[in-house]
Amino acid sequence: MKLIFEQMPVVFNSLNIGFLQTMRLFFVTLLGAFPLGLLICMGTMSRFKLISAYCKIHVWIIRGTPLMIQLLIIYYFPGLVLHKNIWGSGESGRFTAAAVAFILNYANYFSEIYRGGIQSIPVGQEEAGLVLGMTKPQIFFRIKLLQMIKRILPPISNEIITLVKDTSLARIIALQEIIWAGQAFLKGSQGISGAIWPLFFTAVYYLAATGLLTLGLGALEKKLEYFR
Amino acid sequence: MSILQVEHLKKTFNRTNVLKDISFSLEKGQALSIIGSSGSGKTTLLRCLNFLETPDSGIIRINGDVIFDGAQYSRLSEEEIRLRRLHFGLVFQSFNLFPQYTALENVTLAKKLLLKSQKKSGPDVLRTIDEEGRDLLRRMGLADRMYNYPHQLSGGQQQRVAIARALALSPDILCFDEPTSALDPELTGEVLRVIRSLAQQNMTMIIVTHEMAFARDVSSQVIFMDDGHIAEQGTSDEVFNHPREERTKHFLAGYNKS
Ligand SMILES: Nc1ncnc2c1ncn2[C@@H]1O[C@H](COP(=O)(O)OP(=O)(O)O)[C@@H](O)[C@H]1O
Ligand SMILES: [Mg+2]
Repeated sequence: MKLIFEQMPVVFNSLNIGFLQTMRLFFVTLLGAFPLGLLICMGTMSRFKLISAYCKIHVWIIRGTPLMIQLLIIYYFPGLVLHKNIWGSGESGRFTAAAVAFILNYANYFSEIYRGGIQSIPVGQEEAGLVLGMTKPQIFFRIKLLQMIKRILPPISNEIITLVKDTSLARIIALQEIIWAGQAFLKGSQGISGAIWPLFFTAVYYLAATGLLTLGLGALEKKLEYFR
Repeated sequence: MSILQVEHLKKTFNRTNVLKDISFSLEKGQALSIIGSSGSGKTTLLRCLNFLETPDSGIIRINGDVIFDGAQYSRLSEEEIRLRRLHFGLVFQSFNLFPQYTALENVTLAKKLLLKSQKKSGPDVLRTIDEEGRDLLRRMGLADRMYNYPHQLSGGQQQRVAIARALALSPDILCFDEPTSALDPELTGEVLRVIRSLAQQNMTMIIVTHEMAFARDVSSQVIFMDDGHIAEQGTSDEVFNHPREERTKHFLAGYNKS
């Protein structure tokens, strides 16, 4: 017990640094995947068969394979097969590769959620706007958008919570996120080895993050409950 | 001169002819009822007038001005269509109110956006629009419902908001597509009363309805549609009390039985 107390400052310092990397990956993924998902969504709904077919196959492949494989392929393929290290070296290279893999993966999930949201708005909404002389952009921004956001918020919230935990997959390419940081004390690092408790403790970080997000997203859903 | 003239309107979906050469005219201040069995093309006709469907051919005139000509339609820009459809208002069977807006906002939104896009909106203008909106809702008997959201209103109240919303843009002709068909029977009365009072105020209207008693006494002109044709048209008295066509007699007999 005394030992653990002595280890704490070192361990928490490491875990904090790891968690910072986790959060960076989390936010960068959301920042990239929200707009890219919209682009893919518009692609799958395109009138041009070639574009929509391409986007649909893309969605099918990404959603049909594990994120873990996508991470490994995206990270190793350029270097090992093309003999060209496009990601840069060290931790920043690993982060870039991980971010690309996560953004691609989540964008495809988001695109399907967006599509469901768009298609769930009854055509009568658009027609009512048209008959009242509104322009297409006015109809989108003033009428449909908020209804769409309300409908996609619950499934998007689910994905966001899942993403918090999924970031730990980046451990597979040795990204120094929080699991990596915790695991280091198992193998031996900064004079501490064979310690399992730091790894257990990483769970507390995840719980805090998902707990806060659940509260925040729940409040947002509540805010949109004024209409149906 | 007639406020509305429709000449040889035709509309085909895939290969089915839904409107087969529809011609009629309507005088300002009159109410025209369109009756006919389901699938006869009534909704499609209203949708064509409101530019929600594009007729294959035919001409639509308002006060003598051609606003649609099937032979030239493709040259119209989206902007022109948008302004031309403002001659008409449309009240849907399923209300189609905007759920995230209050009754008053539903009524005023379109006019505010219209004036904004014409760069004519200032605080005074917005206040006037709100005042007009409140007036309209009062006329619909909804003085105490202005700040309610659609889901807090009964079907009959929602439809009355929808009527106020359509009136807010002062259309030349207000169209109703079975305005009471989605309502519980005990709620149809309040909506029909509102439409009746509009008729008394000489609002020009085209009303598609299955409420035969209502159509008979609210409308001056009646059109009976059958299979994409106008099978019979005339005054309310002519069509309801002295129908000439077998099809009309047969259709009306079906209603009198029930
Ligand atoms: N968008 C559409 N695509 C194909 N067929 C349609 C479409 N809209 C209406 N129809 C067909 O046109 C016919 C007339 O429909 P409608 O105008 O709704 O009749 P009503 O309102 O008199 O019941 C029906 O046979 C219907 O199936
Ligand atoms: Mg119909």
